[in-house]
Order: sequence, then structure tokens, then C-alpha cells
Amino acid sequence: MAEAGSTGGGTEEYEYFFLGNVKYDDKPLKGVEITVEGGGFEASMKTDAEGKWRIGVPEKGEYKISLDEETLPKGVVVAEGKSTITAEFGLTKLKAVNFFLGEGQRTSSDLGAQLLVRVVNGLNFGLLLALAAIGLSLIFGTTGLSNFAHAEMVTFGALMVLSFGVDLAMPLWLAIGIALVLSAALGWGLDAAIWKPLRRRGVGLIPLMIVSIGLSLAIRYTYQFFYGGATRQLPGATLPADIRLGPISLSWVDIASMVTSVVVLLAVAYFLLRTRIGKATRAVSDNASLAAASGIDVDRVIRIVWVLGALLAGLSGILWAYFRPGVSWDMGFQILLLIFAAVTLGGLGTAFGALVGSLIVGLFVEISTLWLPSDMKYVGALIVLILVLLFRPQGILGRRERIG
Amino acid sequence: MSSETTPSSKPVKSTGLHIGEAEPGCRKVDPILVADGVKRTFGGLTAVDVAHVEVPRGAITALIGPNGAGKTTFFNLLTGFDKPDAGTWQFDGRSLAHVPAYRVARMGLIRTFQLTKSLGLLSVLDNMKLGAKGQSGENLFRSLFPFMWRAQEQEIEAKAVELLTRFKLDAKKDDYAASLSGGQRKLLEMARALMSDPTLVMLDEPMAGVNPALTQSLLDHILDLKAQGMTVLFVEHDMHMVRHIADWVVVMAEGRIVAEGDPHTVMQDQAVIDAYLGAHHDTDLGAAQTSNVEALKELIDDEQ
Amino acid sequence: MIDWIAIFSNAAQELISPTTAAYALAALGLAIHFGYTGLLNFGQAGFMALGAYGYAISVLQFGWPVWAGILLGIGAAIVFALILGIPTLRLRADYLAIVTIAAAEILRLMFTTNTFEAVTGSANGLNGFRGFLSALNPIPAGTYGFGPFQYNEYDWFIRIIAWAVVALGVLFVWLIMRSPWGRVIKGIREDEDAVRSLGKNVYSYKMQSLILGGVLGALAGWLFILPRAVVPANYQTSLTFFIYAILLLGGAATVLGPVIGSMIFWVLLSFFSGFIARAVEAGWFPFMTQVQAGQLRFILVGVAIMLIVIFRPQGILGNKKELAFVK
Repeated sequence: MAEAGSTGGGTEEYEYFFLGNVKYDDKPLKGVEITVEGGGFEASMKTDAEGKWRIGVPEKGEYKISLDEETLPKGVVVAEGKSTITAEFGLTKLKAVNFFLGEGQRTSSDLGAQLLVRVVNGLNFGLLLALAAIGLSLIFGTTGLSNFAHAEMVTFGALMVLSFGVDLAMPLWLAIGIALVLSAALGWGLDAAIWKPLRRRGVGLIPLMIVSIGLSLAIRYTYQFFYGGATRQLPGATLPADIRLGPISLSWVDIASMVTSVVVLLAVAYFLLRTRIGKATRAVSDNASLAAASGIDVDRVIRIVWVLGALLAGLSGILWAYFRPGVSWDMGFQILLLIFAAVTLGGLGTAFGALVGSLIVGLFVEISTLWLPSDMKYVGALIVLILVLLFRPQGILGRRERIG
Repeated sequence: MSSETTPSSKPVKSTGLHIGEAEPGCRKVDPILVADGVKRTFGGLTAVDVAHVEVPRGAITALIGPNGAGKTTFFNLLTGFDKPDAGTWQFDGRSLAHVPAYRVARMGLIRTFQLTKSLGLLSVLDNMKLGAKGQSGENLFRSLFPFMWRAQEQEIEAKAVELLTRFKLDAKKDDYAASLSGGQRKLLEMARALMSDPTLVMLDEPMAGVNPALTQSLLDHILDLKAQGMTVLFVEHDMHMVRHIADWVVVMAEGRIVAEGDPHTVMQDQAVIDAYLGAHHDTDLGAAQTSNVEALKELIDDEQ
Repeated sequence: MIDWIAIFSNAAQELISPTTAAYALAALGLAIHFGYTGLLNFGQAGFMALGAYGYAISVLQFGWPVWAGILLGIGAAIVFALILGIPTLRLRADYLAIVTIAAAEILRLMFTTNTFEAVTGSANGLNGFRGFLSALNPIPAGTYGFGPFQYNEYDWFIRIIAWAVVALGVLFVWLIMRSPWGRVIKGIREDEDAVRSLGKNVYSYKMQSLILGGVLGALAGWLFILPRAVVPANYQTSLTFFIYAILLLGGAATVLGPVIGSMIFWVLLSFFSGFIARAVEAGWFPFMTQVQAGQLRFILVGVAIMLIVIFRPQGILGNKKELAFVK
């Protein structure tokens, strides 16, 4: 029954196929790695002895097909065009994609340049993870809840932009605005309807965590119920990456995403460090009963944390939809573990630790693709998580006392 | 709590326990527990900094001091529940540094906790049985074959029932421990500690939160431990409480030992009076994260 | 018109299906972890994957006999438990939760990746190991049974194996939990410092518990693949969550709870899916498509988990006083 949640099943079962032939000097090349990526889907394979490859994809749409030049014989590169081709299906279910190879020096295979590209991507990814992770961390700090339904709050932001920006064809800025307001409202509503009553009942932290798992499952499949299993694109998600800075090419969306993240994160830092309510939040995080005894309205602080956490998660979801790119019902769940890893790496319950943890996870996931196959890129980040817990269980910025 | 609480019988005090002057860190004739240079800091705060202390064998020693003096932390360090930044300490001549808590307990040093740790979801009898040492049925493979542990289990049960009777808990033996009153839980915890025939019993505030009638019986039980040849070290912050039963008193303040001696001399000691008068008797709030309230301080600063 | 007989007969078949048995055994392992010891293992799917792949890879790729394949799965589960437990069992409970969930995902991704396709079959998984077990089948070929329970010799064989393993598991857990060993374990669930102060090596007990529950998980993984192929997509985090749902439904700190929980879970789920699917077909819910009807049951499981935890935390068989949850 778990099949329904599958994201990486065998590609032969799909209806649509990309295929091609890799040849150089009319001789087939074996073992050249081809990767198809798009709409949150990713698959790769190596060419067979006849130089042929064939990769199935779940739906009709636009995909990026790339050839790993590292796997070509020495002195052979992609001669015309780039090693990554964007392709779409025509009227048929098959689409041939061919790379034209020639003699030459590889330009993009220089490790330093590749590393730079990965670092920029990693920062972008890390920043959007941080938005979600800080919310999760604040909620954990103030209530002790490990909120598994945070993933669904991430997905919610993207789905709302899809509904208002695409289905209702509103202007993008308005759709994003509405999505953020609704995200904040979702946080308010979840706390009011579920979490506050459960705190009142004195339900323990572990039962609360399991409730959040149930909630996550219920909401996730509710999304699938209404939005279906397909991946759809937000307006502007497939803009060409035509801004070139040295070896790095970015699209306007990438730049806007990074700027937004940085600005919002600075605003959150200002909120936590300089405003009254932000300080109260940290006080509740440090020691809730002492804060309550000092006249802080703990319930109100927690409500604000839920609203803020949901708002940040929603924003993170929108940026994630542009980064992947694509909106799907389980997109938040795909990065939930990375968000948890980020929060744990930084130190459970510390907001700034979550930021540092996110950047590390983001960078690690992207940079590790230089050496790891791309379908294993999350493995590295999760192994790092376990190693960090082994040697520094309090996390990078955590206080030792907290784990006691 | 009444300072007039006394044990029902006049206790026999042990004397002549120390060598030389009764000053902080003085030598004992027959020490069972010796600590040297034990230091523990939380963040920037020094919680415990004990240069030297010896606990006399076969006597009742009280560790007293105002709130926040580091008594419980010191207890935790001695019993392996916390790790000091520095220091050595020995029990019966054997070093306890880096010895895990369970091994400390197996060596015959059993402790209780300030907030009772009776296991509410086990029956009173099961709580007691858990206290017995060297049970073969606690091994996973033998546990599968009841004939390998049944005989021992019956011995343990007999011993548990006997102890429960002594502590007047035998009528409750099949109830969940959660159904006991606070005082009864303290009794249960003490009785459970005795299941392993310890040589040194360390009681963390055994009288805290117990009503006066039960306090009396608790004091009697503590005296009883000594009568049976055990050594007792207990923490208390009300110094009048200890006067009647303790043979020796160690006073802690701000993490250090400030005075030692027999109860009557110690209570006249200027350092002790200062320690008590100087200390603020604020109540503990939440977890012991006192070093961890910067945000609250900032908030309070804003308002001033 | 709705075919009620088909719906009921499909639901009834779930009572004795090997899948139900596999989930029951996995939940029993989780009962040791979570219900009795208080360990938050969110990686039961990983243990199941090890049992399944350990068996399939041994018999298919190494050419080992069936018993050696099962042992390899068990061995892998023990190693996995040690790797997870050594860093985390000294830490607060939620660290184990995060590490187990991450480790189970790592396993799944390793089984999915193309890098090891030669051994694991990557995303397509492994198939074709049925013959090794059916060669040992003493039941003569043919169809046997009554009412809705009509199966061929292989299907009966795997049902008998599955439920025999579950019965042994139940007996085993019942024996250890009523022994002094079980007393220590239940003490740890409530307050490990108290147990430590009584001279018990809490770390070692938690490790034993993690290993035992994990081994039951691996055996469950083996039962799970008897009627089907090994496909990595089956071992997602949601699998662990479904097992938690079963455990909570039956009663987390009970021996028979996981079994009853699994039966109720699968019968109800089958009944519900069957009913909704046919009702949609018959046009009773014009606003719903067949695909949506399939998703409805996942929503239901999620809501059920929430409601049980909030309103009946001890489950169906649990004792209200001896609640499954502490702290």
C-alpha cells in the first residue's frame, strides 16, 4: 500500500520516454551517464554497448536531459550546444534527444568551476531550507513538539500559489501574497484547533509527535486528493538561466529566491533579537516555566510562533517549488528529513543553529553530487547527520546541557 | 515543616569520627567515601568545587546547605549520574571516576532522588523486586526459561515482602506505585534501595514534601539503617531537621564545603549562619537551566 | 449495484493474509521498542527492508539456501541496530527517532540507486525467488480451502509459515516480558535513571531491546515478500507510520495488540477501499474519481492515528492504568 507514495519507482513503468544514441566517430560509446531531471523527478542511466539509452518519465512536460562529460572518453566533449538539453514531448510518447560529440577540451569539467556552481546552488537550497527549519526549531523550542506536519505547511505555500496564480490566473505577486497570508492563517488554525487543546489536556510530547505524524499523513493525502499526483509548474519556473557570472549561470528566479531568503532571515533575526515579542519567544524557549512566572503570556507566544513558523514554511515551499522546479502534493515531505537534519545539526531548539544546519545540509547535498550519483545525494547529508550526533550530540550551536 | 520533629527513640550518636580539628575537609578515622578536587561547571557557573571531603563509615552524615549550594549536583557526581570537569573520588578505596552509575550502584552505593523515582506504572512489589542485585532472570536468554529464575524470584519476593512490612507498605504491594502518596513513595524508594543490601545509602532530601507524621517514621528508618551497619549520607536543606539524627554534618554553600563537624558545633559556626542568611530562598523553577535565561534578562532590562 | 459479497470476502481474506502477518510481526517488534522500552524507533521500515533484501540477495545472487538467507537478514538487522544504537541510546529519546528515520531512508536510497543495480535491482527491485521456498513446500499441488479462503498450495504454505512465525514471536515476547528482564525493560520505559540507580546497565538493556525488535522487523520483512517482489519503494517512511498506527490501535504495551491491530487495520482498510471503489463505480459519489477513492484511505489512517493517540492512547487491548505513553 505504500506504493502510492512512490517517487522513484522503476522508469520502465512510465508511459513517456526520452531516448537517444551516444556515438562518437560513428562508434557507439558505452557507459556514458545520462540524467533526466524535471518536475521533481529525476532518473539516470548509463548507455549500453550500442550506445543507446532510454529513460521513462512519469508525465508529459519539460525536462532537462544532461550528459555527464566525465563519463566520456578522454578528449571527447559535447561539441555543439551544451551538455544539458531542455526537451519536451511532441505528439508522441517518445522523444529522441541526441548529443553531438566532438574533439576538444572540456570547459565545464574543471573541478573548481563545478564546485563554485554547486556552492551557489547549495546556498540557494540551504537558505530555503533554513526558512522551514527555523520555524520547526522555534516550535520545538517553545512547545517541545517535533512537528512532522511541518512538511505539509511547506507544501501548502506552493499549492496556494498554484491555485491562485495558475488556476485562478491572478498576478504572481498577488498569488504569493495570498499564499503567505493563508499559510500564516494555517499556522494559527492548527494551533487553535489542535495543538493548544492538546497542550491543555496535558498530552505528553511523544503522543504529540505521533499526532503530528497522523496529521501529516492526513493532510498530505488530502492534498493528493484535491490536486492529484502530477507535478505542475508555477509561472516563471522554467525561465532560462541566462545570467552568467563566470562559470555560474542563474535565472532571475534563482537570484530573487536567494535575495528573498536572506532578507526574510535577517528580518527573523531582528524579530528574535530586538523586538519585545521576539525576546519573549526566546525566553519561553530557554525556560518556559520561568518565563511564565515572569509574566510572559506563554500561550500567546506559542501562537505567534506557530503563525510565524507556518508563514516561513509557506515561503520556503514557494521557493522550493521554484528550486526543484515543480509543485506536487508531497514536495514538502521530500525535504522533511533534510529539515529535521538541519535542525538537529544546528542544535535542537536553537533558531540560529537551524540556519547554520540548513546551510550545511544545503551545501552538502549539492556538493556531494560532484562525487555521488545524483540519486544518492540525500544519503550523504543523512550520514553526516548521524556522524554529527555521534561526536557532537548537542549540535553545532547547541548547549551541552540540553541533551541531559 | 516543623523543626521539632524528632525520632521516636533517642538515637545513639557516633562520636570520635574525625582526626584533628573539625574543619572543612578534615580527615576521618575510617572514611568510606573520599572526594578530592571535584569540580563541575555549567556554562560559566561553578556548581560544585569541593577540595576534599571524607564521609565516615558506619555513621549518619548530613550534607546540608541552602538552595543552590550544589548538594544535589555533588550527589549526582558522586554516584555517576553526572560527570565532573575534574577530580577524583573513591568508595571503599576503589576509584569511582568514570565509573557509570549502574556500576556504582552494584558496588554497594545506592542513592535515592529528590523527586521520587518510584516507578508508577509497576506494582509496588515489582518496584521492590527491581531493586535486587544479581538476578539471573534479568539476562535475556535465561529470562526465556522460567525454571532458571523462579527459585531466585521467590527468594527475592520473600525479602521484598519482609521489607515492605517493615516500611508498612505490605498492604499496598499489588497496587501500582502511582497510587501511593508522596510520603509512601519516599518510603518505597528507600525500601527498594535496601533490596540490594548496600553499604552506603545516599538519600537526596528524603524528608522533602513529606508530612510531619511520616517524617518521623522516615527519620526512624534512617536510624535503623545505621543500626544495621550501613553508612548513610543524606542531603537536607533544613538544618534543624538533621540535628537529632546526624552524627556528622557537612555544610555546602556556593559549591564549596564551608564547615564540618558534629551537629551542635556546626550550627554555631559563623560560616554556616552566613551561608544560610546570605542565600536567597527562591524556589526552583523548571529544569536546572539557571545559566540559560539570557533572553529573559534582556526582556527585564528593557522594562526598567 | 454494489457487489457486497466481493467486498466482504476480500476483507475477510485479509484476516489471514501474509501481509497482515508481516505487519503484525513488525508491530510486535515495535511494541518491544516503543511500547515496552519507550524507544522511539521510526526506522522499522529499514529493518524490514534488511530482512527482505537480505533474503532475496542471498538466495538470488549468492545462491544460498533459504535458511541462510533468513539468517543474513537477521544478521543485517542486528548490525543495523548496533549502528543506530551506539551513538543514540545514551541521548534523549527524540535523537533516536531522528537517527532511525534517517537511517531507514539511507537504506532505501541505497537500495534504489542505480549504482548497485547489479545486486539490488535498483528501483525495479528483485523478483523470482519464490521457487526457492516453494521447493520446500510439503503440500501437494492443488487448491484448498473453504468460503472466501481458497488458495493454492504455495499460498497456503506461506500463510502457514507467516502465522507460525507470528505465533512464535508472540510467545517469545510474552515470555520475556513477564520475566525479570521484562521488569527492567518496563522500568526503563518509565524512568531510566531510577533503574540505573538500582544497578542495571540501562544502555545494554536498551540495546538488547533495539536488536530484538529489529530482528522481529527483519523477519516481518521476509514474511512481507513471500507473496510479492522486493521493491524499494515499499520501504518508505510511511510504512513505519502504518505500523505505528497498527501498534497504537492494538495497544502499544501488549503482546496480542499488534496482532489484533494488524487484523483490524487490514480488514477495515480492505473493506473501506473495496466499498469506496465500488461505490464510486456505481456513481454514489459523483464528485470522486477512482484514483481519489484510493487516496481516501490514507487520509483515514492519518486521522485514525490522531484520534487513537488523543482519545484511546492505550489502544484496544491496553490497560488504561499502564498507559503506553510516559512523560
